[in-house]
Amino acid sequence: MMTIALYIAFLCYGVAMLMNIWVVARAEGVGDRVLALDTMVINAIALMILYGILHATPVYFEVSMLFAMVGFISTVAYCRFMLRGNIIE
Amino acid sequence: MSIFGEIIVSVLLLAAGFFGLVGSFGLVKLDQPMTRLHAPTKATTLGVGSVLIASMLYFLFFAEGITFHELMITLFLFLTAPVVAHFIAKAHLHRNWKPGDLPAPGGAKSWSVYDQADEAPADNPARDPARPGE
Repeated sequence: MMTIALYIAFLCYGVAMLMNIWVVARAEGVGDRVLALDTMVINAIALMILYGILHATPVYFEVSMLFAMVGFISTVAYCRFMLRGNIIE
Repeated sequence: MSIFGEIIVSVLLLAAGFFGLVGSFGLVKLDQPMTRLHAPTKATTLGVGSVLIASMLYFLFFAEGITFHELMITLFLFLTAPVVAHFIAKAHLHRNWKPGDLPAPGGAKSWSVYDQADEAPADNPARDPARPGE
C-alpha cells in the first residue's frame, strides 16, 4: 500500500515538474520564470526525499538540504538582479 | 503497529502529491502575476512539508529510528518561502507597475520598492511604460 502511495506521489511531482518546465518556457515575464524555477527546486527536493523513502536510505537528506539552500540563494540572486541591476554591490 | 504506520505514511504521501500538483497547476492556471505568486509558495511548501513528515515517520516505523534532518529542511523551507515570495513580488512591482498605480501605503513614507529604484545604478533596466500593471 505504501509503495503504491509512493509511486502516486512520484507521478504527481513529476507532472508538477513538467508544468513548471512549461511555465519556464512559455511565461510572459521574467518574474514568472523565476517563480517557476523556485517551484521547480522545491519539487526536486520532494522528489529526492521520495527517492530516499523508496530506497530506505537517509543519504539524500544532505543533498536536499544543500539543494534547498542553493535554490533559495539563486532565487534571491535573480530577484536582486531584477531589482538592482547587479547582485553584489 | 506496522499497518498503522503504513496507513499514516500513505495518507501523508497522497496529501503531499495532491498539494504539489495543485501548487504547480495553480502556477499554470492563475491569470495574474500576484495570484500566480500565491499558488506555489503556499501549496508546494505544504506538499514538501507532508513529504518530510512522511519520511520522518517512515524512518521511525520501518528503519533505524527517527531522524531529525527533515525538521531542519522543513524549518529552512518555512523560513525561506516568505522571503522568496516577498522578493519576487517586489521585483514584479519594480518591473511592471508605476508608483501612481498603487494605492498609498498609509504611512509617512512611500513604497520602499520605488525608493530603491531611485537609488539604483544607471545601467538598471528601467520599468517598461508600455506594460502597466494588470
